[in-house]
Parts: sequence; C-alpha cells; structure tokens
Amino acid sequence: MPQALEGSQAIARAVALCRPQVVSAYPITPQTHIVENIAKLVADGQLECEYVSVESEHSAASVVLGAAAAGSRAYTASASQGILLMSEVLYDISGLRVPMVLTCANRALSGPISIWNDQSDSMAVRDAGWIQLYCTSNQEAVDTHIQAFRIAQETELPVMVCMDGFTLTHTMEPLDLPTQEEVDAFLPPFRFDRMLDPQAPVSIGTMVGPEAYSELRYANHHDLLGAADNILRANADWAEASGRDWGGLLRTSGPAEARIGLLGLGSLIGTLQDAALAHPELPPTRIMALRAFRPFPIEALQAACEGLDELVVIERAFSPGFGAIVAAEVRAALSELPQAPRVHAVAVGLGGRDIGLSLYPRLIEVAHGEHAERFRILDLDPERLPQELRA
Amino acid sequence: MIEVRIHGRGGQGNVAASYLLAGTAIDQGWHALAFPAFGAERRGAPVAAFVRMDRSPFSRRDQIAHPDYLIVQDEALLHDAATLAGLKPGGGVLVNSPRTPTELGLDVKAYSLPANALAEKHLGRPVPNTALLAAFITLTGLLPLEALSHELGQRFKGAVLDKNRTLIAAAAEAVEADIWNQEVAHAAGA
Repeated sequence: MPQALEGSQAIARAVALCRPQVVSAYPITPQTHIVENIAKLVADGQLECEYVSVESEHSAASVVLGAAAAGSRAYTASASQGILLMSEVLYDISGLRVPMVLTCANRALSGPISIWNDQSDSMAVRDAGWIQLYCTSNQEAVDTHIQAFRIAQETELPVMVCMDGFTLTHTMEPLDLPTQEEVDAFLPPFRFDRMLDPQAPVSIGTMVGPEAYSELRYANHHDLLGAADNILRANADWAEASGRDWGGLLRTSGPAEARIGLLGLGSLIGTLQDAALAHPELPPTRIMALRAFRPFPIEALQAACEGLDELVVIERAFSPGFGAIVAAEVRAALSELPQAPRVHAVAVGLGGRDIGLSLYPRLIEVAHGEHAERFRILDLDPERLPQELRA
Repeated sequence: MIEVRIHGRGGQGNVAASYLLAGTAIDQGWHALAFPAFGAERRGAPVAAFVRMDRSPFSRRDQIAHPDYLIVQDEALLHDAATLAGLKPGGGVLVNSPRTPTELGLDVKAYSLPANALAEKHLGRPVPNTALLAAFITLTGLLPLEALSHELGQRFKGAVLDKNRTLIAAAAEAVEADIWNQEVAHAAGA
C-alpha cells in the first residue's frame, strides 16, 4: 500500500531497514533531510546504530571508512561541495576495498554558489573507483539503496546512490516501503572478511611502490567492471521480491520501431516519458535511463542501441574545456559497432534550471540536425549572455 | 490532471501546504506529487510550491508553469508578475486577504479568504496555510474535508492538531462549496 512520503524521509527509512551500524554525516542542502531523519530514528530508539556527528564531510567519510574497515555496515550522505571535500577519502575507501553506501543528493558545484540540482558533483568523482547508480524516481531510489548495501558487501566496493536534489529529495509522492522482513530476506547481515581485528593487527593503506601499484589499480578496475554482474543480480532478486524491476544497468522504454534514442541519467527520464506521450505527432523515441554509470555498461548500451539511427545523450553536467562527459563514453562504446547511431550531446538543467516537456521537441530537432551535435547546452537563454556569445 | 501552485513567503508553510494537499490526495487514491521551488532559504523570501495530481499515474517532474489553480498566501505577492504568470484560462485564484478580489484588482476567477484572521482566532498565530487548503478543497470539491483533517493528524498532535481541525472547519464554512468544482460545472453543461 503506497504511502505519501517525502523522498528524503523515504530514503532515511529505507537505509534504516538495511540496519546500518554506523552512520556519520555532515548536513548540506539538499541532503540534510535524509541524515536528519536517520538521526531522529536513532534518537527515538527506532534504529540501533551509532550516529556520529562530525565537523566536516572529510571527517564524515573518514569515520565511515574506519567504521566499515572495523566491520560495521556504514552509511553516509552528502552533496555538492560536501562530495568535493570528501573526495580525498572517497578514493581511499575504494582503493582499500571497503564496502559502504553513500547517497549523493545531486547538486551543482560552486562557484557561483548554487544549492540547486544538477549532477556535477557525482560526475566530479567519476574516477574515484565507486559504483555509481542513478535513480529516476524516489521509488527507484528506495529500492536502489536496499540493493546497494548488498552490492557493496558482495563486491567489497563502495556504492554511491545518486538522486537528484530537490527534484527527488524534496518531493512528496506515493511510495512503497518494504517491510523489515522483506529487506532482511534480501540483505544478509554485514560480513567483511578483511575486517580489522585487534587480535590479529594489520595496517591498511600503507605505501605501495612502483612494483605493485599498477597491479592493485588494475585489480580495482577489473573488479569494478565485474560489479556489473552483482548489480544485475541484486536488481533481479529485488525485482522478484518486490515486483519492481529497474533494469539493472540500463533501462529502455518506448516502441521497438523507434529510430531515435534519448539517453539520460536521473529524474529527467520521467519527464521525457510524459513528454513523448504528449507529442504523438513526433517520431517515436526509445528512452534510455542509464542506471549504472560506474561500471559503465558498454555491452548493455551497445545492445540497447540496436536499430537506432540517432542517439541524443542528455547530460546534467559537463566538462569545461571539452564538453560532454557521458556522451564521450557513449561514443567510445558505440564506436565498436559496425552500424552505430549518430551520437548527439546536449546538457540541460544546470544549476536547477527546470526541465519541462517543451525540451522534448528540441531534442528531436537535435536528432534531425544536419550534423551530429558535438556538445551544446540546449537550454541557454541568449538574453542572459553577453552580446558576443549570442549565436 | 490538476496542477496547483502555491505562492507565499518563507515561514508561511508553503511547502507544508503542498505536502498536506498531495498527502491528502494520495490517501484518497490519487497519484500526486508535491515539491518546492526554493529561492533563498530565509523567512520572508517569496517561495513557490507545486502540487500535481491525477487519477492516473504520471511521471513528469517539471515545475508547474500553467496552473489550474493558484493559492496565494500573501496578497502582496499579487504585485509580483511571477505569481499570476501562466494561470490557465478559466483557472482560479484563492487569495489570503480580507479584501474582495475586485478590491484586489483581480480580473480572473478569484476568491478571497481572510485566512490570517481565521488563524489568529483559532490557532493564535497568523499561519494561513491549513485554512487556505480547507477553503481550496471546499471550493473545488476535489477532496473531502475529513481527508484533510485525517492528514493533519499525520503531521500534528495534541492542542495544535485540535486547533487546526477547528480552523479548517471554520475556513470550509466560510467559502461556497463546489463553485470551482469542474465535475459539477461539466454536469451543468458549463
């Protein structure tokens, strides 16, 4: 029976159902409601968990690193500058192969300061060695958090669950929360074979010389690629338990005969789907939600693009001085195909600019363009640009 | 699909009002989404919140540019062009004001409720949001008042809950039921 819940409140309760033993976080908009709600569950005695208040995100990440290395199921959450301040520790967590779950309540980066949503923060730590899963809705975010704890402990890799700030975190909608029994049946108690043990002391994170560093990094890369199987299995098992299938690595919708593909990450997918319904006069589209960005699902993407002539990649961040982030990888993946679609790259909704149904016809125009769009911020307002930058 | 935009100032319970409306709708079997468009997070700053509701599920998450209804918690915001912007033709505006819509210079379908005074009387504080919600669902006939009363019970307890329940009954009493009811209007051939 669905109940009306704010996204953040639902995530706090979903995390609590996963029985975390240590949670440490520093509040930052739009993540605050999540950790506030978890702190309240702990304070009210509804969740048996050590909640550690800290003075910065760097400390929050350090606390959960230590806690997980000592054998606790650990959780933290952050956004924007908080993710950047954590970034040093994020690399350590993955490099030391310590499993945990972090929620990134996606928010733009400074400067100028913006509290609003885009995905620049999680994209900035793309190479931190974490699994990154992007959620299109709050129901998917609830289910993905539960899956993430299992994926983390199976792979001994940390998982970042990315959900759009405000658009998801601050939205109230009807949500199904599983029961404790359902989560317990899916998620075994935390077990970490390499956990620190005072009876058998070891050092972790020590210096590694040139003779072994490459091999350790290769092993991380290899295992992160291999985590795709764990993501697929967790999705399939949870789909069987809950009846909700989020597609594993990548989810497609739309008619099979569509020749135009639209690929995006996060909460814009639902708006695209309703926009397609609102525009029956336009050619049909295959809408693709990229759920796993790390590991990047090369084969799944290649298969999902079969039959497409055009693919528009819609990004919520970009790389200054180059342009596309996701589309650069999509192009590389599709370059292996004998008949790859043309790939167009656009960014929209930066710093919280609203993504409306009116975006949809513009995406179709881009797909029909004479030349492949290398990279364009599609929703620029020329009126707000200096004269010399107006096209 | 019914789209409602709530305008007010930080501290007036705009987001809370949107959550209460969506929560009530969800309990009544609607699919509904409520979300804020925060500006600067401070008391007194203009804030908008959105509620989108439909009998069937929908997936869009964009802001509401063309609302069917506006709920305006501070009449001074009527001077801001963004407040009335995009109101659908035939759409209704519910304003927190002791003055009539004509006195307020509104030339659209509008209704005013002195929600601050009602809230002062029943809550002891000029927080207009629950009174306006009660008036809104009564004018539109969208949701039963008992459902809002039940939803208030999810958020408030004790004396605050009791006072709010008295307040919403008084607010519902103060407006004409169903005059914005689209189904009633439709049945009457309007």
